[in-house]
Amino acid sequence: MKLYNISLNNLRRRKGKVIFLVSGLLIGIATIVTLISITQSMSRDVEDRLDRFGANIVMTPRSENLSLSYGGISVGGVTYETVEFLESDLTNIRSIKNSQNLGIIAPKVLGPWELDGKRVLLMGADLQTELSLKTWWQFKGMPTGNPDELIVGSETARIFNLALGQSMKLGNDEFVVSTILHPTGGPEDGIIMGDLHRFQNVLGKPGRISMVEISAFCRGCPISEITLQIAEKFPNAKVTALKQAVMSKMQSIEMIKSFSYGVAVLVIFIGSLLVFVTMMGSVNERTREIGIFRAIGFRQGHIMQIILLEALVVGLIGGILGYLIGNGIAWLAIPFIIQESTLSHLDVTLGGVSLILSVALSLLASLYPAVKASRMDPSSALRAL
Amino acid sequence: MNGNDHLIEIQDLGREYMAGDTTVSAIKEMSFFIDDGEFVSIVGQSGAGKSTLLAALGGLNRPTRGNVWVDTMDLYGLSSEQRADFRSEYVGFVFQSYQLITYLTAMENVKIPLSIAGVKKEDQADMAAVALEKVGLQDKKNRLPDQLSGGEQERVAIARAIVNRPPIVLADEPTGNLDSKTADDVINLLKQLNQEGQTVIMVTHNKKLCQHTDRTVHVRDGLCVIGEG
Repeated sequence: MKLYNISLNNLRRRKGKVIFLVSGLLIGIATIVTLISITQSMSRDVEDRLDRFGANIVMTPRSENLSLSYGGISVGGVTYETVEFLESDLTNIRSIKNSQNLGIIAPKVLGPWELDGKRVLLMGADLQTELSLKTWWQFKGMPTGNPDELIVGSETARIFNLALGQSMKLGNDEFVVSTILHPTGGPEDGIIMGDLHRFQNVLGKPGRISMVEISAFCRGCPISEITLQIAEKFPNAKVTALKQAVMSKMQSIEMIKSFSYGVAVLVIFIGSLLVFVTMMGSVNERTREIGIFRAIGFRQGHIMQIILLEALVVGLIGGILGYLIGNGIAWLAIPFIIQESTLSHLDVTLGGVSLILSVALSLLASLYPAVKASRMDPSSALRAL
Repeated sequence: MNGNDHLIEIQDLGREYMAGDTTVSAIKEMSFFIDDGEFVSIVGQSGAGKSTLLAALGGLNRPTRGNVWVDTMDLYGLSSEQRADFRSEYVGFVFQSYQLITYLTAMENVKIPLSIAGVKKEDQADMAAVALEKVGLQDKKNRLPDQLSGGEQERVAIARAIVNRPPIVLADEPTGNLDSKTADDVINLLKQLNQEGQTVIMVTHNKKLCQHTDRTVHVRDGLCVIGEG
């Protein structure tokens, strides 16, 4: 027989009280876990959408000229023939402090080309990277990964009457149209894309890069900081974060998160109060029992141990059940809140935090009752006999 | 007196309570002693101060004045925690109305004093079994208190009081809630403990029980009126 046997036997044989105590913590923890899991899923959903949007940072050479175009209408002042980057310098992007947040880095060379008496924009890029960055592109044909292939925008194909498999000569180099993009409404409708290094040669810009599109993972990443960090590495570059749309979504989620945390704190406070009141009631009910223990020779510390051990067990049960039930509710609720989404995984860190929080709250709520019980004058307690 | 000559010495003991604005003297003044191995009854009517006296002897109730010496220790010169250790080591209490822990079995109730005495788990089982055998309840060791009769609960309470072989057993009205046959059994049990060397001090309002004890201390209105051998 050890002190913990007394605690455990008390809990085992007073199931009603235990269920009541555990319920208080369980509701609090389950609420927290549910809210956090749902907001995490919402946040992840927005970030995934962002990733699907492609690059969210664009690095272009700094120019003193303004681009005289709006809504697809250009009135001159083309700026892409400014000082360009050296391809060999691009490795510096990966040396920024937040490099772990960087995903795809897609350098491009841009230049005008005269074809059948008409000017067209050539864009050299790593085509496989480009396709993985622009996941919303739909196209005819199939990219081959061959350096002599061309991906052609829908408008370009229409104007130059290009078809799949058609050979084209750009300068001295031969190319084959492997893919024709469906209209996107974007700038790619009017370009011809090819292998970066081949196009650098065609355009007479070996080792030169006109712009870089960068995809930064936004899950908690400080996009503004990343932008600044890249700008520090490239003083002659203009680094822009395409974040407005995402930021507004993220702000909405942040608001939901703050509200969720507020609700969670309130619920956990009520849960703790429930534990406190129940423990206080339990101590008052157990005056007689505490008197007996003290008369038998239990020290104040022994009485505290018994009560706090009970609180510890209640906290553990409440934490584990709260975490599991919270995840269960989130699993059921997420498909209704976020379309085509499910609870992706059990967050082990959240589990640990739930458990620690539940135990800490249970112990905290029981501390005063335990101290009160331990300080009970045995003669007063025995008068209740 | 300074506690050197007797197992227990009480000197000019007084205990007052506040009942609202009124001061009530539960013990006005008492001085007496108890020797090692005695079986002493403390007799008096209800409200005479018997239970207060017993609590003071057990280190549970600090007197307003006077001293209690047990085995040369000035009991109320000790700290609260030292008195808890004293109770654990020196005293076995048998309370009025049994006072068993309702969610523990008979065996577990008997083991309670051992749980804080540093006794090994296997030794605890042996000691508790011996105590339960002594009170004749070894076959009901796994029953909860509400599955036992009043007499059986009283015997579990006695087993709990003696399990760690304390030198002093303090019994507060141990037969108060029992029929005469069961009461006789309990008294015989206390006599047997006394014969085995334990000092037994029994509070009772039943003067007939005094015939079983070595000596009787009569208490009336908070005063020790007669101490007879």
